Order: sequence, then structure tokens, then C-alpha cells
Amino acid sequence: MSEVIHADHHDDHAHGPAKGLKRWLFTTNHKDIGTLYLWFSFAMFLIGGVLALVIRAELFQPGLQFVQPEFFNQMTTNHGLIMVFGAIMPAFVGLANWLVPMQVGAPDMALPRMNNLSFWILPFAFGMMISTLFMEGGGPNFGWTFYAPLSTTYAPPSVTYFIFAVHLMGASSIMGSINIIATILNMRAPGMTLMKMPMFVWTWLITAYLLIAVMPVLAGAVTMMLFDIHFNTSFFNAAGGGDPVMFQHILWFFGHPEVYIMILPAFGIVSHIIPAFARKRLFGYTSMVYAVASIAFLSFIVWAHHMFTVGMPLAGQLFFMYSTMLIAVPTGVKVFNWISTMWRGSMTFETPMLFAIAFVVLFTMGGFSGLMLAITPVDYQYHDTYFVVAHFHYVLVPGALFSIIAAVYFWFPKWTGKMYDETLGKIHFWLSFVGVNVTFFPQHFSGLAGMPRRIPDYPLQFADFNMISSVGAFIFGLSQVFFLYVIIKSIRSGAPAADRSWEGAKGLEWTLPSPAPYHSFTHPPVVKDEEVLG
Amino acid sequence: MKRCWANTEAAMTEQAQQTQIKRTVRKLSLIVLGMCGFAFALVPLYDLFCEITGLNGKTGGPYIFDEASTEPDRSRLIKVNFLTNTNEGMPWKFWPAKGAVRVHPGEAKTVSFFVKNTTNKPMVAQAIPSLVPFSAADFFHETECFCFEQQMLLPGEEVEMPMRFIVGRELPKNVGSINLSYALFDITDRVDISTVVGNGDQDQLPAAGG
Repeated sequence: MSEVIHADHHDDHAHGPAKGLKRWLFTTNHKDIGTLYLWFSFAMFLIGGVLALVIRAELFQPGLQFVQPEFFNQMTTNHGLIMVFGAIMPAFVGLANWLVPMQVGAPDMALPRMNNLSFWILPFAFGMMISTLFMEGGGPNFGWTFYAPLSTTYAPPSVTYFIFAVHLMGASSIMGSINIIATILNMRAPGMTLMKMPMFVWTWLITAYLLIAVMPVLAGAVTMMLFDIHFNTSFFNAAGGGDPVMFQHILWFFGHPEVYIMILPAFGIVSHIIPAFARKRLFGYTSMVYAVASIAFLSFIVWAHHMFTVGMPLAGQLFFMYSTMLIAVPTGVKVFNWISTMWRGSMTFETPMLFAIAFVVLFTMGGFSGLMLAITPVDYQYHDTYFVVAHFHYVLVPGALFSIIAAVYFWFPKWTGKMYDETLGKIHFWLSFVGVNVTFFPQHFSGLAGMPRRIPDYPLQFADFNMISSVGAFIFGLSQVFFLYVIIKSIRSGAPAADRSWEGAKGLEWTLPSPAPYHSFTHPPVVKDEEVLG
Repeated sequence: MKRCWANTEAAMTEQAQQTQIKRTVRKLSLIVLGMCGFAFALVPLYDLFCEITGLNGKTGGPYIFDEASTEPDRSRLIKVNFLTNTNEGMPWKFWPAKGAVRVHPGEAKTVSFFVKNTTNKPMVAQAIPSLVPFSAADFFHETECFCFEQQMLLPGEEVEMPMRFIVGRELPKNVGSINLSYALFDITDRVDISTVVGNGDQDQLPAAGG
């Protein structure tokens, strides 16, 4: 990624990057900022992964071996927060920074300075949040959903740092989203109509709207917590006339769109990779766009399916059950279209394609367990068990994460001008694929048998499943360190990549040289239908 | 980032584009502000929604009821169970005179609750009612209740608190029993004790507002 440096001199009209640290601190270049986002999210991914391995090490056997329950709770909480807000979301924003301007034929993002600010807020937000782990009383220990009163009355003193960290990352996400929408709506090359936009751009446009709609609600929730803790208000305190259940409603009003924020860009990525390696046009482009829009709309009216057990009238349970199941329809359309794209295609199985196919299969499995959880009467048994843990890890790890890894392999040649090592990439894929299933598949069974989530110890009957799960987690964790090795090795000594690095790859970004020049499309490109429509 | 444009037409296009971008940003910022407002508007909306539907089991405020004009429904007898508990860290004792009573819908009934301040300092408490099944919340009316006001008790003081209620005749047929729970919260820190007491022995009270 540092290969994009090709200017030997610079002055006030420099067209290459500045040198040294200043390049990264003051950059307004969408490619530099994309790179920063991607490396930052990878660092967070490794930190969140270490916390996950602490959890799995403790759960390897029943009984308390390595950590105390108080510390265990901090591990589960911070693992969730770091992976959601620090790894998955910034990785997608990084991909958007790199790809959206190139894919719509724009020279840069609409608001380059704000782009710099949205990134540089993040290290401070996460620095603040992770520092709480070393404070007296420990870090956040109330679960990533931070339900009141666990996060207010019973929270550790460091909770205020957590609240400000959430404010900062929310501000970062809102600014990033405004930037992405402004770029997509105003800076498309002449001739690129909305219905000719690449799927990744479409999914990010809708995701950005979701973000600006729900991040303020999250900010509101943590602000109310702050007031309850420090200013004697009673938003969530029954003694003062508040209601802790209201916290859950506000959180999930943010939280459910949030889970689609983490999966819609993944849909976009897969919709690029599968056509490229099937050497066919994406099946049902229009229905893909409408499916994403319907999923985004439905995500606002299903939130209480996270709270079936708090006590809700029958009418409410039925409404949230049916609206949740309705999401399976547009999602089914998407899966159908991906499979139809592969149908009778001239398929080859390079690393990005392997990750994309694994995405389709495993994400669908996560979707099916989601349908099981949507059935209110059975949710009473599944609620807060490892079945839920298995469900959301299936949609987030082989779902969102695999799509990000697939995107990195797919666009790596365009970013760096180097080809990654195909053999190493395939080893990485198979290790990850086996690791993820060995880790999370047994959790379906322990969950159905009644093992609660977020516990450091468990009855003997769950011992075997947990041991398998822990072995898988270490395989998966180490294979991501291997990923880092593959990337660094390929940046240093990969073979030079062609401009159109994949035979079947379509889109404006592939018309640029590899590596993509520091400033691209300073003059709007000519948009040809056979290029943008595949 | 400054770009070198080949001709003035392109420069004008760029200017038009910047205007467009500013307009988009302004619109999006309004959405963000609107959603911030919406987050806080959720609080009164939630209360309103619960009040209309009775979803969080909260009973309504003081109920005005004309006993003479209502004929009790003698065909049904509803069992009303009383549960009392004190919130964590609240040292008072709090108990009902009777654990349960049976009433006809439409018939008013008075029951008693007792509360005792077991500590050696004056304290203020507030009872919060909660009722299940939720479908009965709209039909359970308190004409008189200690939960409508705050209780200030001196050290060791014990009082009897009456509660007069009526179960509406419109109570759904499938409801045979109602569980009414009161949770007693210590709100000494939240209120100005002198305003609750209002008499002369303020010099022995802790600083107002905690």
C-alpha cells in the first residue's frame, strides 16, 4: 500500500503524497485515508481477537483457570465493542474510501478534510476505550449492549470513558457517512446514472443513510446514561420514574439497523467478486438494489425481536416476529441472485472467490438460525444462550469479515500493484474456513442444550462442545496472523499486477493503472455500459 | 486538493458541484440533528405509548370514581395479590396487611400497607407500582394510593398506608387474578427533605439534596 508513493519531489502543487509521518497525519487523499482505515481496523481486529482467545482459553475446560469472572465480563464486553465498532465498521469505511471514488469516476471524496478528521478521531476513541481495561475498577463489563442499570447504577467508574468513546466513534461514523453520500450523489462521472452504479456503491449509499439515522440515537442513549450517572436524572431508573426497559428499546432501535450496517456493504462486495470469477454479469441487478433498500427499511421495524422475553403483549410479539421473518424474503432474493450468477458461469476459484462462496453458504446458515430465533415461542428457550452467539458469529465472521477479507484479496492488486501469493491465500482461506466452523458450529448445540452466553464457567455437560470450540478459535486466530504475513509478504515481493488484475473484473477502477495513481479521474472518465454493467 | 482544469467550463462545473455538495451536506446534517432530537423524543413517546397500552404494567394516576352510580359485577370474583419489595440498599420494612383480597369488578375496596423506617435517620421513599397481566393495567384503578406521594419517615417510625382501588367492570374475561407489586425506592438523596417535612425539626436533618 505504500507503493503508491511515486513522487520524488514535492512543492505547493505536488501531485504525489507528502513524505514521512506527515503524509498520514495531514492526508486528505481518499486512498491514503482508506489505507489508514484498513490498517487501523486490522489492528483492532487483532486486539479484539486476543480478547476472544482469552474468553476461549477460559472456556476450554469447566471451572475457572485463567481469569476471574469480573475480568471475563470485561473481555466479552470489549471483544464485542472492539469488533463491531473498531474492526468491522472501520474496515468497511476504509473500503468505501478506496473504492467509492474510483468506482463512480470521482477524483476524491466530496469532503477530503472531514475525511481526515473522521479517521483520526478513531484512534483516540479506541485508545480511550481500551485504556479503561487498565483502570481501577476495570473497563466496561456490562456486555456490548450495555443495558441499564448494569451500565449505569452498577457500572465501573470507567464507564464515563466508555460513553465518550462511543460519542467519538459515533461522530466519526456520521461524518464518514455524510462524506460517502455527498460523494455518491454529487460526484459520479457523467453518464453514471443511479441504476448503473456498482453494487458496492449502492450498498454503501444505503448503509450511510442507515448510519446517519441511527448513530444519533446511540449517541442519545449514551448521553442519557451519562446524565443518569452524573446528573441525577432518571431516564432508566425506576426509582425516579424512569424505565430500564426503555433503554433496551432505544438501544435496539439503533442496534438492529446497526447489524445491517455491518452486512450491507458485504453484500455489495460479494456482488462484485462472484460475477468476476463466474465471468458472467450479476444476475438481477435491479432486484439486488431493491432488496438492499427493503432490508434497510425493514431493519427499522424489527428491533424488539431482541427483547421478546422482557414482557410484551401478544400483538407486539406477532408484529415483530412477522416483520423479522419478512427480512428473509429480500435476503433470499440476494442469495438466489448470487447462485444464479454462478449458474453455468466459467468459474475459477481464486482466493477472493473462495471467500465469497464461503460467505454465501455460511451467511445463509447464519440467516437460518436467525429465522429460528425470530420464532417468538422458541426464542424463550434460545434467548441469551450460545445459540444466539453461534447465530451472530455466523453472520458476522464468515459473513461480514469474510467479505472484507475477500475484498482485500480482490482489490489488493489495484491498491498495491502487486499480486498476492495465490498458494498462501488459499492456505489462509482453508484455515479460516475450517477454523470458523469448528469454533462456531458446536455453539449451536451447546446453546440448544441451554448453555447461557457471557459466563466464565459452565456445567460439565457442555465440556466437549466448548473444548472443540476453543480449539477452532485458536486455529482461526492464528490463521489471521498468517493473513497479516501473506499481506506483508505480497506488498514486499508480490509479482506485478496487470491493470485489469482479474480476467472477469468489471468496473471503472479496473480501467486505472495498477497500482492506482495517487490522483485518479481528475478528468471524469467516459462511462461505457459494458464496463459498469459487467 | 486543487486540480488543474483544462478550461473554464470545467472550472464552472466544479464550482457547481461544490454548491451541490454543500446542499447535500446541509440536508444530511438536518437528518442527523432530527435523529438526535428523535432519540430524546423517544422518552416521552415511550411513556405515552405505555400509558395508552399499559405495556409496562404501570397503573394510572388518581382515579375519580362515582361509587353510587356503578353496579358491581357480582358474577365474577377477581383475586388481587399484593407483593411488596424494597429496592436494593433500601433498609426499610414494607409489607401488606393482607397478601390477597377478592373483589367483584366495579366494587371499591380499601387495603392497607405498612412501612417502617428501620434506620436512625429520616429518609424519604417512593413506591412504584407494577401490575401483571399487562392486559389488566388499564382496568385497575387506584382512587387513593400512597404511591401518588413520597413518604418521609423519622427514625424508627412506622405508618399504615391505605390504598383504595377498584377493578373496572370492563376487565377482560380471561383475567381471573391480578398481581400488583410495589417496589419501594430510597429517594432521600434526590429530594429536599425540608420540603417534604415542612416542620421545625430541620436542624437534625442532613443537608438538603444529599
